[in-house]
Amino acid sequence: MISVAGIAVAALTFSLSACGKSDSGGGDKGVGLAFDVGGRGDHSFNDSAAKGFDKAKADFKIGGKDLTAKDGDTEADRYEKLASLAEAGYNPVIAVGYKYNASLAKAAAKYPDTNFAIVDSVVDAKNVTNLVYTENESSYLAGVAAALKSKSHKVGFIGGTSSPLIKKFAGGYKQGVLDTDPKAKVDVQWVAPDEKGFGMPDKGKDIADGMLSNGVDVIYSAAGGSGAGAIEATAGKKGAWSIGVDSDQYNDPGLAKYKHTIMTSAIKNVDVSVYEFIKSVVKDKKPLTGTQAFSLKDGGVALTYTGGFIDDIKPKIEAAKKDIIDGKIKVTDTYKD
Amino acid sequence: MTSHDTAGASASWLRRIDKERVVLAVAAPVLALAAAFLVTALVLVATGKEPFNAFSVMFDYGVKSDSMIYIANKATTYFLAGLAVAVGFRMNLFNIGIDGQYRLAAFFAAAVGGALNLPGFVQIPLIILVAMLVGAMWASIAGLLKVYRGVSEVISTIMLNSLATSLITYLLVDGRLGVLDKSTNVISTEPLPSSSHFFTIPTGSGLDPVWGFIVIAALAGIGFWFVLGRTRFGFDLRAVGRSESAAQASGVNVKRMVITSMVLSGAMAGLVGMPTVLNDTHMFTADFPSTVGFTGIAIALLGRNNPVGIALASMLWAFLERGANRLEFEGYDKEIVGVMQGVIVLCVVIAYELVRRYGLKRQQQRVGAELAAQAKKQEVAA
Repeated sequence: MISVAGIAVAALTFSLSACGKSDSGGGDKGVGLAFDVGGRGDHSFNDSAAKGFDKAKADFKIGGKDLTAKDGDTEADRYEKLASLAEAGYNPVIAVGYKYNASLAKAAAKYPDTNFAIVDSVVDAKNVTNLVYTENESSYLAGVAAALKSKSHKVGFIGGTSSPLIKKFAGGYKQGVLDTDPKAKVDVQWVAPDEKGFGMPDKGKDIADGMLSNGVDVIYSAAGGSGAGAIEATAGKKGAWSIGVDSDQYNDPGLAKYKHTIMTSAIKNVDVSVYEFIKSVVKDKKPLTGTQAFSLKDGGVALTYTGGFIDDIKPKIEAAKKDIIDGKIKVTDTYKD
Repeated sequence: MTSHDTAGASASWLRRIDKERVVLAVAAPVLALAAAFLVTALVLVATGKEPFNAFSVMFDYGVKSDSMIYIANKATTYFLAGLAVAVGFRMNLFNIGIDGQYRLAAFFAAAVGGALNLPGFVQIPLIILVAMLVGAMWASIAGLLKVYRGVSEVISTIMLNSLATSLITYLLVDGRLGVLDKSTNVISTEPLPSSSHFFTIPTGSGLDPVWGFIVIAALAGIGFWFVLGRTRFGFDLRAVGRSESAAQASGVNVKRMVITSMVLSGAMAGLVGMPTVLNDTHMFTADFPSTVGFTGIAIALLGRNNPVGIALASMLWAFLERGANRLEFEGYDKEIVGVMQGVIVLCVVIAYELVRRYGLKRQQQRVGAELAAQAKKQEVAA
């Protein structure tokens, strides 16, 4: 009896589903954007991309759709996100994160009339714009600031995971510290061996606590959501400073409680570059092409002075910045233990 | 004469398939699916969305030709994961370590494949062999710990998953077994030479091909059925699963069975990453699909550790995931499919238990009725 009812329900479900409508796209619908794992609300680079995306939608009065990657996504899943956006008529289509590299290359070949962009990676195709950043340069400045502000000559770095991208942050930071204070010790730790390390604030807090009890008094985290835990831990210790990442974390409403200990942030203006790219396609009708590197020189990456905590060392930071721009300082783009 | 014999044989064959048992066997998953859809519909209604439209979006999209290809390819991976879990389940071993086993296996297999450049007919079997060996070795650690130190395989395999992740992260570095492309930020093993790409089945212009590894998966399914269902070894394995002490009493070496089945489960897990490595990415990247091992647990449960059931379950899972991507596109929360998957597993467990109890009751009633009838007959005869 129960099974009969079960079958009836199943049959009903499927017969009802048969008369639904199927979406068929076409036309210009606005901007399509595919987030990396974490998506909106990661207090980090997805949020930064979202900011540029939302601003462009409002400014140019266009529609848009965003999709978010999840753990366990395969190439086919990533390709499907990009392809379904292009297929439905979204143009441009932006992929946030280097993971989209292979799937974007495939989608760009399949939809040659759509303008694509990828954040943090390079795809060699006519209709793809690569938005890349010199995170190592801003991290170098963060290192300079950390070395000048540290009283114990011990500073820390917490990376989400030891991926090539995060090693750019770590390498630049370490070089900045040691160029400024050769005697300083840099404690580098990774939250997790895989991408999960960007979403573990509790683990970020644990690592920061460990560093602080070893005498570290400045901690720079490039660890997405895990960084919030490190900032919280640092705020609990008198005289210790945090350095924020990607966006100006002093202004992050979610971190307002700790902002008096966020001495600066090494920002990466994903929002600006995403906005500029959308503008170039939608408004100027002349898409930015090739690889667009956002560096210290053009403000694509920078160190913030919000809060005024590092105003006293501003001349030294600005001097280092000038040396990097002039090419007098070559900042490494990777980190080795 | 002969025709009479065959008729008699087919009649007995028919008798052996108890109609009621077939109905009951089909009823359980159908019931579970229906209940899962119902619960999901309620969740959708509770979040203020119209449920039947969501189902129609999933269904319409799921039957498109490119979706079918996606489902076939994804189900290949899931099927192998389900089989790997089922090997352990059949003898009451809970191998949660499939996840670490297949990633480590795929990593080393891809590294070996990238380092060599032999003709495909040598190198492809070699890559597969390396994967199965690595998977088997990683799983055997848990087997040995269980047999000689009494460590629960649930605990040890979970820990081995973390160790596998750390080991891969340690080795997948520029200068060790990794190759870094600084412009793309992608780190991977050396790509396989094109001679080591597995064959694909073309499906038409503009469409992705179906991965040839589906053939190997099918063979693995047949092998699973044969070894577990038709050999002395399989009988022993299932016997240990039913009752360790009874198996021991009948002369089965339980310790050896534990290690052997962990090794088999791990070797099967080694195959899980192969469709991706040989047919799709042709290398192991830092973002190699993870958590497939856990999906395999759900699929083995859903498929009742039976190869056909696992095949159907893996296709259903792939179908749901395809639908999830579309639901997100249509503005639904893509998490709704996660809810659906969870509810399906729960419902399956409950439905099987309900159906089992119902079947038991029916059987008792029938036996009771037959006994009563017999007693009556005897009374009449007397």
